[in-house]
Amino acid sequence: MSARTTVSAVLSLVAALTITGCGQRYDPQAEAAAEQVPQASCVDTSGDTVKVGLLNSLSGTMAVSETTVNRSLNMAIDEINADGGVLGKQIEPVTEDGASEPTIFAERAGKLIRQDCVAATFGGWTSASRKAMLPVFEAQNSLLFYPVQYEGLEASPNIFYSGATTNQQIIPALDWMREQGHKKIFLVGSDYVFPRTANRIINAYAQAHDMEIVGEEYVPMGSTEFSTIVNKAMASDADAVFNTLNGDSNVAFFRQYNAVGLDPETMPVMSVSIAEEEVPGIGVDNIQGQYVAWDYYQTIQTPTNDQFVANFKDRYGQNQVTSDPMEAAYTSVYLWKAMVEEAGSFDVAAVQEAVDTGEITYDAPEGEVTVDGETQHISKTPRIGQIRDDGLIDTVWEAPEPVVPDPFLETYPWADSITGA
Amino acid sequence: MEILISQVFAGLSLGSVLLLAAVGLSLTFGQMGVINMAHGEFIMAGAYTAFTVQQVLGSAGVSLLVSLPLAFLIGGTLGLILEATLLRRMYHRPLDTLLVTFGVSLILQQLARDIFGAPSVDVRLPEFLSGPVMILGTPVPASRVFILVLTVVVVAGLSLLLSKTSLGRRIRAVVQSRDLAEASGISSRRTDALTFFIGSGLAGVAGVAITLIGSTSPTLGTTYIVDAFLVVVAGGIGQIRGAVIAAAGLGLLQVFFEFGTTASIAKVIVLVIVVAFLQIRPQGIVATQTRGLA
Repeated sequence: MSARTTVSAVLSLVAALTITGCGQRYDPQAEAAAEQVPQASCVDTSGDTVKVGLLNSLSGTMAVSETTVNRSLNMAIDEINADGGVLGKQIEPVTEDGASEPTIFAERAGKLIRQDCVAATFGGWTSASRKAMLPVFEAQNSLLFYPVQYEGLEASPNIFYSGATTNQQIIPALDWMREQGHKKIFLVGSDYVFPRTANRIINAYAQAHDMEIVGEEYVPMGSTEFSTIVNKAMASDADAVFNTLNGDSNVAFFRQYNAVGLDPETMPVMSVSIAEEEVPGIGVDNIQGQYVAWDYYQTIQTPTNDQFVANFKDRYGQNQVTSDPMEAAYTSVYLWKAMVEEAGSFDVAAVQEAVDTGEITYDAPEGEVTVDGETQHISKTPRIGQIRDDGLIDTVWEAPEPVVPDPFLETYPWADSITGA
Repeated sequence: MEILISQVFAGLSLGSVLLLAAVGLSLTFGQMGVINMAHGEFIMAGAYTAFTVQQVLGSAGVSLLVSLPLAFLIGGTLGLILEATLLRRMYHRPLDTLLVTFGVSLILQQLARDIFGAPSVDVRLPEFLSGPVMILGTPVPASRVFILVLTVVVVAGLSLLLSKTSLGRRIRAVVQSRDLAEASGISSRRTDALTFFIGSGLAGVAGVAITLIGSTSPTLGTTYIVDAFLVVVAGGIGQIRGAVIAAAGLGLLQVFFEFGTTASIAKVIVLVIVVAFLQIRPQGIVATQTRGLA
């Protein structure tokens, strides 16, 4: 083999790896599913059990996060079953692996609905997985409970969003930063839909609130090179950093950040994708004292939360921690139970009607939550947390009352340019 | 001025990480024509060596010093096993080695997942490397200064080995003409095994260094393998000097384009420059003049 062919072989390999590295393509299969004619529901409620689907990534890159969500879903189901079930029926979970691939999420969702005839499905994590499943649930007229904070701008009648939308996480975080006197903000995020959308909202917010965005930087997913970005942040004279990085990039970012002598006092970092579970991987040394924004922390003092944390540790090990998406998933099962009991039926139309009353509430570990009949999101209490030296998170600020979800930011005039209103 | 110094340093620092990841590859790819996709996983093995040593010894400083030679041995041994069991059977067939080593890399990743778990683990920084040090009045990360120094030591050591020792002479002879070297009585099989041991061992050392700046996870190697190949190909296959120039060049180009644009755009520009450069000069920056027909 000549040098030239070897070189071109290696180069095409590099190109191939770079392209596959970009991952997560849009999924034509899901579109095909959307075009199928909806069939009559095959949900069988004649016996003394009712099936639900659990659709989480148990393999692939997202398995780390989604496995724990799967565990808290199972725990909620077992608790409900021990307490007599739903409408007198025991819940029978059917587990499918989404394998961190949106196409597989869409395909397995179809299988759960048509073949297993589940009454509802719980799962999904990345926005790409939710977007891939959405047409399937709409076409088959089935219900999905999605447990993760996301970028908003969506409200399907077939999806219940039990994580935070932007006005329950990002906007309160910005309000809090403004109160602390941070006027110049530097934005850093991974290059995909959530950080891009979040930063559009942050830019619009800053414009309307006399704040200045002094830098906006994105890195490819999984990137570990932050020298230049940290240099830019230092040179930008920012008061604070708003961080929407995902996964392992956070380790490299915070290491580099500390290594040039930046810390929570000189330039605090507000993160929206780091919860209790991610802290050990990032290293407590690298991140203690920094701030995060969520609606739930393991340390929250409510009777339901004490029980939730204790049960989870008893079941899965004392070294386990609980985080916002896990709590939101756990809560979503109880909310489904409340909806079904209000409707007196497992029928999708009846459940949707019950939700429209706006009276579905549950005393969740994070405090009382209510399902909003119009958007299928839930009202939640935003909280700003500070990371402790043991890796858990202390609440440093919380909203006086639960915030009504507003996925399209209709009540925020400054956001018109984003929502296109 | 301050920003210029920190950017130049960032570029050289990135270059040193790339070089450390690539230098072993330059040896194995250059000498033996083996496209070793598992090189990244040898880096990962080095990183987990650092993690394990730290779990056992506790002190971050002592374990860093213990990890460096130990990771060299572990990386080298993995390389030796790979060479003896699989690669030995497929010299002169580079594309076959690509497929086989890609399979091996997947197996090693899964093995790491089974042993250490899928979430990334935390390797603590020694106290003396965790803060900044001042260079010309500019704060730069001490951990990166350490990596820069380590790279200089490793590359200088390797150059000495290649130019001054009899093993080095044998390696260079086999690179320039395998058949002629064999005809002169050099055991190319033993030379191959030793070269592979050293090249893979250097990947282990790179792994330890990378724990100082990034995260340690089963997929760590995949982050670096592409850039490492880029350095080797741009530098000229089998050329340490070329790899040094290519790594420094790629590092500086990346950070300066990134400063003017964004991380993603900078990456694209750098790739385009490398492709264009290889069109003009397919043999890379430095090429050996040989009379071989290859």
